[in-house]
Amino acid sequence: MTTTDVPALDTPDARAGLVPARRRFAPPSSALGLVGLAGFAVLIEVLPRTGLVPRDYFPPLSAMVTAMVDEVQTQGFWDALTETLMGWGIGLGIALVAGISLGLLLGSVEVLRRYTASTIEFLRPVPSVALIPLAVLLFGFQLQSTLLLVVYAAFWQVLIQVLYGVQDVDPVARETARSYQLGPVARLRYLIWPTALPYVMTGVRLAAAVALILAVTAGLVGVGRGLGAEIAVAQSSGAVPLVYGLVITTGLIGVVINLLARALERRTLSWHSSMRADIGG
Amino acid sequence: MSDPVAAPSTRQPGQPRTALLDVDRVQKTYTGQGRTVEAVRNLTFSVGDGELVCIVGPSGAGKTTLLKVIAGLLEPTSGTVTLDGTAVTGPPPSMAVVFQEYGRSLFPWMTVEGNVELPLKQKKMGKERRAELVRDALEAVGLADAHSAYPWQLSGGMQQRVAIARAVAYQPKVLLMDEPFAAVDAQTRADLEDLIRSLWHRLGVTILFVTHDIDESVYLGERVLVLSSSPTVIMEDLAIDLPDERNQLDTRSSPRFAELRHHVYEQIQLAKHRRGGEPVTGPAPAGSPT
Amino acid sequence: MSTVARWARSLFVALALPVVLIALWWVLSADSKNYYSPPLQTIVTTFGEVWFSERLRDDVLPSVTRLVLGYTGAVVLGVGAGVLLGANRTLRRLTEPVLEFFRAIPPPALIPILFLFAGIGDTAKIIVIVFGAVWPVLLNTVEGVRAVDEVLSDTSRSYGISGWARLRRLVLPSASPQIIAGMRQALSISIILMVISELFGSFNGLGFTIIQFQRSFAIPEMWSGILLLGILGFVLSLLFALFERRSLRWYHGLRRSQRGEK
Repeated sequence: MTTTDVPALDTPDARAGLVPARRRFAPPSSALGLVGLAGFAVLIEVLPRTGLVPRDYFPPLSAMVTAMVDEVQTQGFWDALTETLMGWGIGLGIALVAGISLGLLLGSVEVLRRYTASTIEFLRPVPSVALIPLAVLLFGFQLQSTLLLVVYAAFWQVLIQVLYGVQDVDPVARETARSYQLGPVARLRYLIWPTALPYVMTGVRLAAAVALILAVTAGLVGVGRGLGAEIAVAQSSGAVPLVYGLVITTGLIGVVINLLARALERRTLSWHSSMRADIGG
Repeated sequence: MSDPVAAPSTRQPGQPRTALLDVDRVQKTYTGQGRTVEAVRNLTFSVGDGELVCIVGPSGAGKTTLLKVIAGLLEPTSGTVTLDGTAVTGPPPSMAVVFQEYGRSLFPWMTVEGNVELPLKQKKMGKERRAELVRDALEAVGLADAHSAYPWQLSGGMQQRVAIARAVAYQPKVLLMDEPFAAVDAQTRADLEDLIRSLWHRLGVTILFVTHDIDESVYLGERVLVLSSSPTVIMEDLAIDLPDERNQLDTRSSPRFAELRHHVYEQIQLAKHRRGGEPVTGPAPAGSPT
Repeated sequence: MSTVARWARSLFVALALPVVLIALWWVLSADSKNYYSPPLQTIVTTFGEVWFSERLRDDVLPSVTRLVLGYTGAVVLGVGAGVLLGANRTLRRLTEPVLEFFRAIPPPALIPILFLFAGIGDTAKIIVIVFGAVWPVLLNTVEGVRAVDEVLSDTSRSYGISGWARLRRLVLPSASPQIIAGMRQALSISIILMVISELFGSFNGLGFTIIQFQRSFAIPEMWSGILLLGILGFVLSLLFALFERRSLRWYHGLRRSQRGEK
């Protein structure tokens, strides 16, 4: 942006900071949000009790919580949780290492980038769930099946963001680096990596979310164990409150992962003047 | 409704004019987060029909606040703005505003033509009439060829011309301009100043022009209102007795221009040191857009 | 270089690697005795037999129809609710944590619950897609609507652009880059949910058929199904890219000009 696009400095609103600066749709911090949450909780407690929704399908919140309290006292729950988190963590780790290193390589070597672009554009939209039957055939119900799905889904999120990031290196900075005859390692260290970092962090955040989706889905469709499998079992045995309890649990895990990823993003990019929107992801 | 471009000038310099715009004891205080900032304190002035009045004041003098209050975009804490006998409570249909930030006041998803035409569509004007007004307005600002370009394809000065064309096509009685040329280079600025003078002559529109540039205010205006620092009051209401035909070379080098300029400059220096009352509660302005 | 030569060159650049990879697969799998990875030739032959048949009407069409309906529903609902929440601060603050929670739930996990309510028919599957894909659209719309430029907003007000015109001329175009980014995420979620929803009590559909092939160890057929899903994903993303390029031409131009001025 040019300086002319900066808001006028002598508008009192901007000057006195009386109008809050634009903010991302950030995690809840206001009391109003808590009120909303509480209201939502009350709603799912009361709705089934009034008979407005069928109680067989939609038990009150207290029943869900009770079912969950029972569940967390079983070893099976903790095994399932561990399995899911392992599938998520290991898969995400592999996807990050592969995505970042390949992205930096392809992004910095022009010839490679051009010749791989079409292949990436073709493989990226292939839905990871298409690999479910293949995973089952190859690995059966091992952790590897889950990993295959998780890695495939998360890898593209990271790769694409890293490629965007490397593309974003300022042409002037690139020229400057060349005129000072920086070697490839120094260029990567001082020029490409800092520019790409915001994009990498966006990639990490998106990949972390997608990895959880696939880690749970794998269990749900019977490729592996984990919380997804627990949900499937609870459903087929008609334990409706437990189904809800487990789904809420996966949601809470998702919230935690999201918050962690955003905190990491903020910490890493605190020097960065503007957090970029994930347009282009 | 008369054609905006071909309208004959009804101006007779020096002839007394009926007041079109009345600003009466306007005061604006911002409150929030436990502190209050009095941006504008007690401003009273009026602008006659067909006048070109410049408002000049130091950075942070609440000029933008004042302009937004007049435009009906901000509600004054107390006091009233009256346009043509009617109190301003929201943006009046007979007023057009040109903002400083041309890059942010044009719709980037519309072509130049679309930008100029949009307000006319809102006025429920016929298609042919709209096309005519758009064509004339773009011609008047010298952009007849750029109608199908997008704003971001144009230079800063050209973008501001588009914003001016949009205002002109809207056929307002009053044209408000908020430091419209603060962000363009010197040569472009001079061209745009002359454009404003000539549009004013041809259209007979009333113009209220806010600037922090003393030379600009003297060069453009028939009258210059000098504002104090925030909280703002009017320090002086100065008639500019330069000849009506002005040009960048002769006008700016005339002795009278130098005198007027000198006078306004002195007033501004005074304004900087003598704020309009008690100290400001907010932080000092973080830099000036000079 | 002439235009034709340049065009031929970029075509070569685009096709070189895919051709090499497919050729490699073809050659290396040609004599494959491995039960799980049949020769590519077999897969391609099977592809024609399996999918250019009544399956196109009985399985592919229902899946794609559900996908289109569900995705459209998610976009309409997401943009509508997003505009509402983006414009109303109190409502937004009130619902923010609840919405963040819903977005964080892995969408397929909702399938068992939604099927409880809606049975296992087409409607249920469409609801699943809407419910899973709406969040990125909704939250991105909220963000986009909030970020409408202040000067542009003042400009609109001073020219009397309000109500419906304001929404159509100012708010939606201004939020469109974010909305479209959300729509892109929603598209891949929709495809996932289209497949997954067919794995639970279904009688037709792409996902259903492919899993049937796998369970009956019809390996070349299964591979052809994976291939078809891949092609579907690619075609949809291509269509989306065209749509995005058309709708956001101004945005990319604006960004380029801003970067150029830097």
